[in-house]
Amino acid sequence: MSPNTASTPIISSNTTPTTSTKPTRKIHDVVIRLAGNSQDGIQAVGGFLARLAGRSEQEVMTYMTIPSTISGGPSIFQVRIGSGEVFSAGDQVDFLVAFYQHSYENHIHSLKPGGILLYDSDHVTPNLNDKTYHYVGVPITSLTVEAIGGTARDKGKNIFTLGLLAKVFDLDTAKLEKLILDRFKSKDESIARNALNAFNAGYAYPIANYLDQLYTFEKYEKAALRPQVTMDGNQAIAYGLITGGVRFGAGYPITPWSSIMEILRAELPKYGGIFVQAEDELGAVSMALGFSFAGYLAVTGSSGPGISLKMEALGWGCMAEMPLVVINVQRGGPSTGLPTNVEQSDLMQAIYGSHGDAPRVVLAPQTVEDCFYTAIEACRIAREYSVPVIVLSDTALATRIEAFEEPHLEELYVPVQLDLSPHEGNYKPYALDRITRHLTPGRYTADGKYPVVSGLEHDEYGHPTASPKLHSAMTAKRRDKLRQLAATLPTPAIYGDETAEILLVGWGSTYGPIREAVDTLRRQGHPVAAIHLRHLHPLPPRLAEIFTRFKQVLVIEMNDYGLYGYGQLATLLRATTVCPHIKSHCKTDGQSFRVSEIIQAVQALAK
Amino acid sequence: MPITLPLHAVNRPAPEAIPNREKLTKKALSADHPTWCPGCGDFAVLATFYKVLEKKNLPHEQIVTIAGIGCSSRFPYFVNTYGTHFIHGRAIPYATGISLARPDLRVFVFGGDGDGYSIGGNHLDHGARKNVRLCYIIMDNFVYGLTKKQTSPTSPIGFKSKTDPAGSIDHPINPIKKLIANGATFIARTHAAFPAHMSQMFERAMDHDGFAVVEVLSECVEFYEGAFDAANSRKGGQFNLIEEKKWDGTPEDEKRHDVTDEIAAYKLAHLPFPGVFGVFYESDRPTKNALEYKWIETTREKLGAASDLDLLKATFNRMK
Ligand SMILES: Cc1ncc(C[n+]2csc(CCOP(=O)(O)OP(=O)(O)O)c2C)c(N)n1
Ligand code: SF4
Repeated sequence: MSPNTASTPIISSNTTPTTSTKPTRKIHDVVIRLAGNSQDGIQAVGGFLARLAGRSEQEVMTYMTIPSTISGGPSIFQVRIGSGEVFSAGDQVDFLVAFYQHSYENHIHSLKPGGILLYDSDHVTPNLNDKTYHYVGVPITSLTVEAIGGTARDKGKNIFTLGLLAKVFDLDTAKLEKLILDRFKSKDESIARNALNAFNAGYAYPIANYLDQLYTFEKYEKAALRPQVTMDGNQAIAYGLITGGVRFGAGYPITPWSSIMEILRAELPKYGGIFVQAEDELGAVSMALGFSFAGYLAVTGSSGPGISLKMEALGWGCMAEMPLVVINVQRGGPSTGLPTNVEQSDLMQAIYGSHGDAPRVVLAPQTVEDCFYTAIEACRIAREYSVPVIVLSDTALATRIEAFEEPHLEELYVPVQLDLSPHEGNYKPYALDRITRHLTPGRYTADGKYPVVSGLEHDEYGHPTASPKLHSAMTAKRRDKLRQLAATLPTPAIYGDETAEILLVGWGSTYGPIREAVDTLRRQGHPVAAIHLRHLHPLPPRLAEIFTRFKQVLVIEMNDYGLYGYGQLATLLRATTVCPHIKSHCKTDGQSFRVSEIIQAVQALAK
Repeated sequence: MPITLPLHAVNRPAPEAIPNREKLTKKALSADHPTWCPGCGDFAVLATFYKVLEKKNLPHEQIVTIAGIGCSSRFPYFVNTYGTHFIHGRAIPYATGISLARPDLRVFVFGGDGDGYSIGGNHLDHGARKNVRLCYIIMDNFVYGLTKKQTSPTSPIGFKSKTDPAGSIDHPINPIKKLIANGATFIARTHAAFPAHMSQMFERAMDHDGFAVVEVLSECVEFYEGAFDAANSRKGGQFNLIEEKKWDGTPEDEKRHDVTDEIAAYKLAHLPFPGVFGVFYESDRPTKNALEYKWIETTREKLGAASDLDLLKATFNRMK
């Protein structure tokens, strides 16, 4: 929509929308932002929309902010629904729903010129003289009360709004009703009925008569793919772990990791497993290592502060060569920092945290879908190399909902095995000539010798030793098995223009914005390429080769430039590839990268 | 061949039976020669542990010994069983993981007063509260041995150590009270100078289904010689035993200690050093192990014959 489109306000007292004379525009990609208070259930509406889009084979991505205070407060939920691939939650909003005056005032600037403000006219008085936007006022609160009875008050206005949106975007009401019923299934029947009443009242409200003339949302038929599943990043990790063969784990609550432990606590018993809420993170990682020693690959996880607490035990895991999956859903800042904001500043800790040389594996998922596959890969690597594997997710992935193609579970599913067969004996738990695995307790050995796994430096049998030769040899052994792993890793594919002068490098949740920036820049005639690293430690082979092909390498990450001017991954890449033209573009505002920020960074570099 | 476990069959398959297996002897059980100072009380603890295992004749490969860090925590290296030398203070949660995942194993945890009551104090509280099935033997020497004489959480007031050259000023903890308060279901106290009593206590702890703790006064001859003389009848002190109720209805029985009475146990624990020795408390509260498996069982019942893969597929179907 052009910025100078005249807006046609609908005054809240005038419940019959006036009509506009603008020609209809078809759109196939829309960013909707719901702004209200956290107790209004806007997350629920966002979730319904996202799930619906997933079921309708649309690409969808969501983004939300929640206040870190429990009592609630201003909150938003953003959902982007597209007819093509959707890589980010969108920089700017097409359609803003404001429940309160503060929602309107704080978010109106995120609306694209010509975008639509749908506001609750019972609470919001917009500045109708500002002709930048279209204004649609609906007395959402009073209409909801009317629809479902006086006592319901503010409850239900989220569902009423969902009805409005369903009408505007011509959404599949049958599927939505089913989603609503599913959601309230466990509750009292009257609650589900009220919700449906609110939904139908919203749907029946004659809002579309006017909006239809602004634009229509173009439905499209996607090529026949496997059906999509819709979930958030934490769910994807939890179910990835189960698929990858994890049946035991332990954790301690912390945002934004908690929901993974909550899911596992509820789900694992179904699979015969156990997840323990430990007394603290030190206990949690220790318990998980105990589960792994007992013969079952286990998981522990946390966010920043809790991961710091796990570091000593993690070092033991490297030393004793114990398989373990550690999930770090990164949040912002050191100490308690920014508990509900996003940052990628735990990379160095993941790789080097813990005392001594304690090599372990570090992986980072790029999307919600990738959270699922990365969790499975982490399980495989931990088992094959008998080593702790850290998965670096982050707040942005944890809380956003994406739809993705249903995975081939039969192929991915790893059955749980416990080896209790008798053993011929003379077992070296730390043999120097191979990747070793400890003997599972319970296995009878023919020579009657049972090994001790040890965090002290040890000989091949696990006996403590301070022999200089052995310490060097064992240190090298623990490092070399990761070199072996590195040799098996795929070199990351180059996305975009291989002959470009500029290569962007990213990791983790910056994947979407970087991709979109590359696409946009290329459309604008700027040749640019990107790679995204999923294996951060060990790094995949031939990175130096790739980097030398480009004049400039710009590493995009959400952490600080540090004392020497380079972000954490950039520091690592400069050290490992010795390419002098690696530069950093960092940010630490607790927000995901906007596509425009990356574009600007590239343009600045090109100058 | 690895066995693919249907984990939810709560009666997990026991390891294959070994025909004509040899009797578990001290020889079979001993591993590296202990590195303790000559005269250290921990030798007696080790010898007693061998003896009791020999008597119980458990399947050798199903015995697991776990320890944190300290002189006493070297224990697993000296016992020829599956074992782990873990990090300082965290042996209990590590052992909890093993105990919960593997009902077929017998889990023994060893450590000192620093490891168990100081750095690992929180884990001890929670292991006791959760009533995890394991047997924990604490070698209390009132001092930090491995790090060469610093004050420990059980050091008496006035004890001169490297960190308290003028004498310790902090009130020592009372481990028995702590354990009662936190819900351990078997709590006993013994003395390394009295191996016969020690083996009785170990045996009873091993027979207990739950969080069983035996606190052993085990002298550090290097850094706190004579610490337990007051509790040693052979050195002019008193080794007073707890007489347990026999429930035989005799008038003498009235005076005996009811081990299921928490308050009575607490009162006994309150006696000043050297106090009394024996079983302070014993009860049969359900273990975390049993409760977790019960949950698994009831959850599985609702799911019928669905395999793990079926279950996972159904979950993904709901997310479509
Ligand atoms: C995290 C950590 N802090 C400190 C130490 C140093 N340390 C080793 S053993 C020990 C105390 C051991 O005392 P105790 O548990 O009473 O055992 P003892 O040696 O007396 O048998 C300490 C403080 C350590 N190994 N790890
Ligand atoms: S220092 Fe003390 S506790 Fe350690 S071995 Fe020697 S006597 Fe035993």
